Amino acid sequence: MPDTPLHLGVLLDGAGRHPAAWREPQARPTDLFTAGYWAELVAEAEQGLLDLVTLDDTLGLQSADAFALDPRTDQVRGRLDASMLAARIAPLTSHVGILPTVVVTHTEPFHVSTTIATLDYVSSGRGGVQVRVSGRAEEAQLFGRRTLPTDRDELLAELFDEAADAVEVIRRLWDSWEDDAIIRDAATGRFVDRERLHYIDFEGRHFSVRGPSITPRPPQGQPIVAALAHRAEPFALVGTSADLGFVTPRDTADARTTVGAIREAQAAAGREAETVHVWADLTVVLDDDASAARDRLARLDSVAAYTDDARVFAGSPAELADLMADLRTAGLSGFRLRPAVLPDDLRQVTRGLVPELQRRGQFRTGYEASTLRGLLGLPRPADRYATVVRDRAGSTR
Amino acid sequence: MSRRQMHLAAHFPGVNNTTVWSEPESGSQIEFSSFAHMAQTAERARFDFMFLAEGLRLREQNGAIYDLDVVGRPDNATILAAVAAVTEKLGLAATISSTFNEPYEVARRLASIDHLSGGRAAWNVVTSWDKFTGENFRRGGYLAQGDRYLRATQFLDTVMTLLDSWRGDEIVADKATGEFLRDADAGRFDVHVDQFDIRGRFSVPRSPQGRPVVLQAGDSDEGREFAAASADAIFTRHGSLEAGQAFYADVKRRLAAYGRTEDQLKILPATTFALGDTQAEAEERGRQIRRQQVSGQTALRFLEQVWNRDLSHLDPDGPLPDIDPLVVDGDTPRVSQGRAADRMYRDPLATAREWRERAAANNLSIRDLMTEVTSRQSFVGTPSSVAEQMERFVEQRASDGFILVPHITPTGLDEFADKVVPILQERGSFRADYTGSTLRDHLGLAPLDARASV
Repeated sequence: MPDTPLHLGVLLDGAGRHPAAWREPQARPTDLFTAGYWAELVAEAEQGLLDLVTLDDTLGLQSADAFALDPRTDQVRGRLDASMLAARIAPLTSHVGILPTVVVTHTEPFHVSTTIATLDYVSSGRGGVQVRVSGRAEEAQLFGRRTLPTDRDELLAELFDEAADAVEVIRRLWDSWEDDAIIRDAATGRFVDRERLHYIDFEGRHFSVRGPSITPRPPQGQPIVAALAHRAEPFALVGTSADLGFVTPRDTADARTTVGAIREAQAAAGREAETVHVWADLTVVLDDDASAARDRLARLDSVAAYTDDARVFAGSPAELADLMADLRTAGLSGFRLRPAVLPDDLRQVTRGLVPELQRRGQFRTGYEASTLRGLLGLPRPADRYATVVRDRAGSTR
Repeated sequence: MSRRQMHLAAHFPGVNNTTVWSEPESGSQIEFSSFAHMAQTAERARFDFMFLAEGLRLREQNGAIYDLDVVGRPDNATILAAVAAVTEKLGLAATISSTFNEPYEVARRLASIDHLSGGRAAWNVVTSWDKFTGENFRRGGYLAQGDRYLRATQFLDTVMTLLDSWRGDEIVADKATGEFLRDADAGRFDVHVDQFDIRGRFSVPRSPQGRPVVLQAGDSDEGREFAAASADAIFTRHGSLEAGQAFYADVKRRLAAYGRTEDQLKILPATTFALGDTQAEAEERGRQIRRQQVSGQTALRFLEQVWNRDLSHLDPDGPLPDIDPLVVDGDTPRVSQGRAADRMYRDPLATAREWRERAAANNLSIRDLMTEVTSRQSFVGTPSSVAEQMERFVEQRASDGFILVPHITPTGLDEFADKVVPILQERGSFRADYTGSTLRDHLGLAPLDARASV
């Protein structure tokens, strides 16, 4: 295990993961809707040689209640579209991967595919997406187009089945232009070789999409697809459709069970040979002095009650490095850290944790690749349709 | 004497035959560096905005993907968000369909780009209704005749309702008191119209411009009325000075009925140009460009689009066919699919008659004729002559400015920026520098007051 590289990402959301974060001295709550605020955060992540940042998003307004809008006025409300934000900061960075969160329950898969392909172009191969489902009736009402099942199990089954179809469409569209489809052949007057453009002809329970994409195959071929997974349905989504799963284990034993469930889903989907990263999410409050970190968390909690789906860690970077080393034995290949307060805990990650991991020989000391797939040790995949054409061409029948 | 000021915009070269891809200097139509180059050139020349067209399905003709023109584009909103990072003042105009999107997501994207660019977003609203493009989307594309402008109008109104749902003073973010929002209902909206039945709270606080600048393309009576009611600028086709004046007067006359003044709607025709050191050189250059734009094959494909028949057996250097165009009703699939221009020739039989007469009178082959009718540059001449021609259009109220359509990606604007713009600036008909920071400022549109518009 120690000889496989450790991967690190951060989740960026508003003023930080903790609902009291915006009231901290370093917080800039009035800058949350400016490009400069996000540019500084992502530059900091890149200084720390992180693999990627994810930009959190929901369609509706934030709410402390998972199933309904709340009338609170004491927490951050309002956010920018994460895909637009990702594109805005991509040209300002050169190595860090950028993954906006996109809700595939309501947004057309065609648009998601071209948006992320475009992000991959503007970042020169550092694009990806964290797909999310939305089961909130109030978010469905923002679109007014569908009624979701009220039975929770039925709802989750439908949402994740649909999400898998959406990812399939998104991926097929990325491959619908072969890499060498643009030929600019002056002799025949053809700009494009239509034999290297492909209809995807996807037909599923939820939608059908004809293709091809309007956007040529992106630089990475297949940008990174990630998903957060807490239970069986999303574990299956990660196993069948994703390159990267974010999980929320309580401890190492729990992590082992979760990784096992994802590996099973991966095998069931016939993807044993592929690399599917599983990273643990940890919300972090960090200080060189461990007790100062714990005091800070207590202070934050006294301002606003807070529970997270991920384990909350308060302590020193060295203690966090110890915890990560232990969790890794469960088969995790990395971590997505959720800074409780921005920029404080992000700086603790990049200037405290990263040097600590480097001292231990567990983290890169320079970027070794220029694409996100490269950083994640994933090859640039062959185009699924190119193979078909070669088979046809090479066939003697 | 102070001259009437013109507005200038750059159309990123698109997927029509007018974009010449076979020249050595023709670069990528998809790499970010191309978008950055053209945007930075436009900004260096103090243009109002850069404009991107949209197509959500690859065009087909005779049942196969059209392969003679540039093809392959990014997602408009995404690329403009990135362009905002490499420019400071330039307006960013995206064409976004009201058929294949929902108002909530379009409003989110536009408000986000406006925030991320410091108030430079613009939206060209288009509505299409073809099943062909609809095959890429879950809701399909078909709209019954009577629903087409209804959807466009209600879509636009709904997006504006969402954008206005935040007034702009809700965020207090007082660390001491713990009050982030002043209003527990910020962003609340409720829309119940024929096309949309939505409610909730919009998630993006009010952006610098409040609303993006709204562009509308289209020459039809309905399109003009829609623009007069709702648009800040109308993107039209270029014609003669007289035709421009007639259009200008007609559209401006319609504004009063909506309580709007003439300066609240800018008329910006799409404009092409050919430059040279002498008039003769410019004319020759214009001819060369047109020959590149209309190959024999392209001429036949054009003819097919009007005739609605497979004419691939014809000789492009020969005469027009004797057979008449095949006329079908608007909902029947045509030989050519996925082009707005397919619906441009409303009376193909009349067009065919007119073209035959013109070809006979001037002894023109198919290719000669198609070059004449599709590709003649709007302005041809030396830089100072082109500057004067453009000024004449603006002075004589045939337009308020121009959306320039270069024929080369991404350097096609460079020569205009370097040679024509300085003359316009020197003569006082175009700004020497930006005087404001938002696109509304550049276009001379007053800032919006959210509270007044609710």
